[in-house]
Amino acid sequence: MVKLKKYNGFLKLFVIFLTLFFVFSCSQKNYNLTKIEGKQLPVTEKDNQTREIENFIKPYRDHINEDLDNILAYCPETLDKSTGKWQTSIGNLMADICLQKGNHIFKAREKKEIDLCLLNHGGIRAILPKGNVTTRTAFEIMPFENNLVVLALKGDQILEMTSYIIKEKKPHPLSGMTFTISKDNTAKNIQIQGKPLDTSRTYYIATNDYLANGGDSMNFFLKSIQKYDLNYKLRNVLIDYFKEVDTIPVPKDIRITEE
Amino acid sequence: MKRREFIEKTAAGTALLSLGLSLSSFETNDIKHLTVLHTNDVHSHIDPFPADDPRNPNKGGVSRRAALIETIRKENPNVLLLDAGDIFQGTPYFNYYGGELEFKLMSMMKYDASTIGNHDFDNGLDGLYAQMPHASFDFICSNYDFKNTIMNGLVKPYKIFNKNGIKVGVFGLGIELDGLVDKKMYKETVYNNPVEIAQDMTQLLKKEEKCDLVICLSHLGYKYKDDATRICDLKLAELTQDIDLIIGGHTHTFLDKPTIVKNKAGEDVLVNQVGCYGINLGRIDFYFNRNKSHTNQGKSIIV
Repeated sequence: MVKLKKYNGFLKLFVIFLTLFFVFSCSQKNYNLTKIEGKQLPVTEKDNQTREIENFIKPYRDHINEDLDNILAYCPETLDKSTGKWQTSIGNLMADICLQKGNHIFKAREKKEIDLCLLNHGGIRAILPKGNVTTRTAFEIMPFENNLVVLALKGDQILEMTSYIIKEKKPHPLSGMTFTISKDNTAKNIQIQGKPLDTSRTYYIATNDYLANGGDSMNFFLKSIQKYDLNYKLRNVLIDYFKEVDTIPVPKDIRITEE
Repeated sequence: MKRREFIEKTAAGTALLSLGLSLSSFETNDIKHLTVLHTNDVHSHIDPFPADDPRNPNKGGVSRRAALIETIRKENPNVLLLDAGDIFQGTPYFNYYGGELEFKLMSMMKYDASTIGNHDFDNGLDGLYAQMPHASFDFICSNYDFKNTIMNGLVKPYKIFNKNGIKVGVFGLGIELDGLVDKKMYKETVYNNPVEIAQDMTQLLKKEEKCDLVICLSHLGYKYKDDATRICDLKLAELTQDIDLIIGGHTHTFLDKPTIVKNKAGEDVLVNQVGCYGINLGRIDFYFNRNKSHTNQGKSIIV
């Protein structure tokens, strides 16, 4: 206790000093926001490139380009989705391919056959140009990651489907089904796989997962009894098909006719 | 005696050192300048758009963005570089490499953090997880609970950055996944209410951690015209307080300038978004003053 007294004076100073020190340190930590300036900087060709970044990207870019430019097939004429009122050759082709390729998987997995395929006109994102068909072509036509799915629908929903097509007036890709639009704007002579529509039957329809979830207001798909995801991207369906064929067929057959 | 001498010497030394430090810190500039740079919805756009692109000819490109960022860093090294999500999906770079190049390039540009967008789930949680080793920046999302997923522990609810003495609290908000992302992609990721989470985060960052600046990295979307009830950045700004800046994404909104919104406490919040595809880089400069006479002075916002 005697010893402690000797230090008292010093300790007091030390405590005062520490207090002051912390007060100063704390006050330094609080900053007041006084001014904010906001702007948007466009990234344009006026900006320099960064050599390090360019060099880093190059091998990736080269590999992709080499792969994308790989010639898979030949297309004898340009298939364009803008030519055709109720069907287009590119739409016919895409629906035919999806039906054919999807059936391989569906048959193997479910021991059932797909009856028809309906896709959306908006889902075709580019033309299929005359000449060499590459992987890049498939990426351009189908840049999205949509999967091919099969839905089990009642015959009644097939009628809703034809009404939808007539109302929308768009050449949605269709395969496996034909019908006639009568003068009163209803569907008649509906044939599925060459047989008249049987409303009491269950049909298996191939489409993409976007539409299966009610995309593009295809609400009849929401009434499906069962849904089978084929885990097969539409783009890969195209790529695999292009690899199989030498010359792309141009399906110009009429699937929807007007009376 | 030895003990006494030691204490005296140490104390005196500490005193001198502290005094020196205090004095020296008083001598530094009273104004601190922080530059926040940000992108959103870059969607794997690594190369610039080609010259014949109908919409965005010659725009964007990571290499040019990196050069722009580098120029700004030379001007002010005190930079916080952020992304508001949807790094993935949009070019074959993603299809071929699953986001590897995107993460590596963002690391090279020294991004500090990114939040998670709906498209960052496009290769599933496994696909995102596989690319995590390529990112040297942090992933921040406060309202997605990844506890029961493979991503557990890899995404921070918030982070406090100390930028030249400025304490910046950053938290992140993700969009509702149900109906937008396939359940098989996001699996057991739990989406929590962004407004409630934002309130918890601001309480923590501003009140408890006493951050000088609070930034929300949001992938909620700027505004929904056809769905007024849906949470968006503008609503979030109004319904909360203590957020200084909301950096948004998802809606690919091009704004002429950052939007100023009054928050719950009547204070100004900045909401910004810079379109998409790396076409623009957002830049917000914050100036701080530690002169006490400025304590009650309002801040000026120049946009």
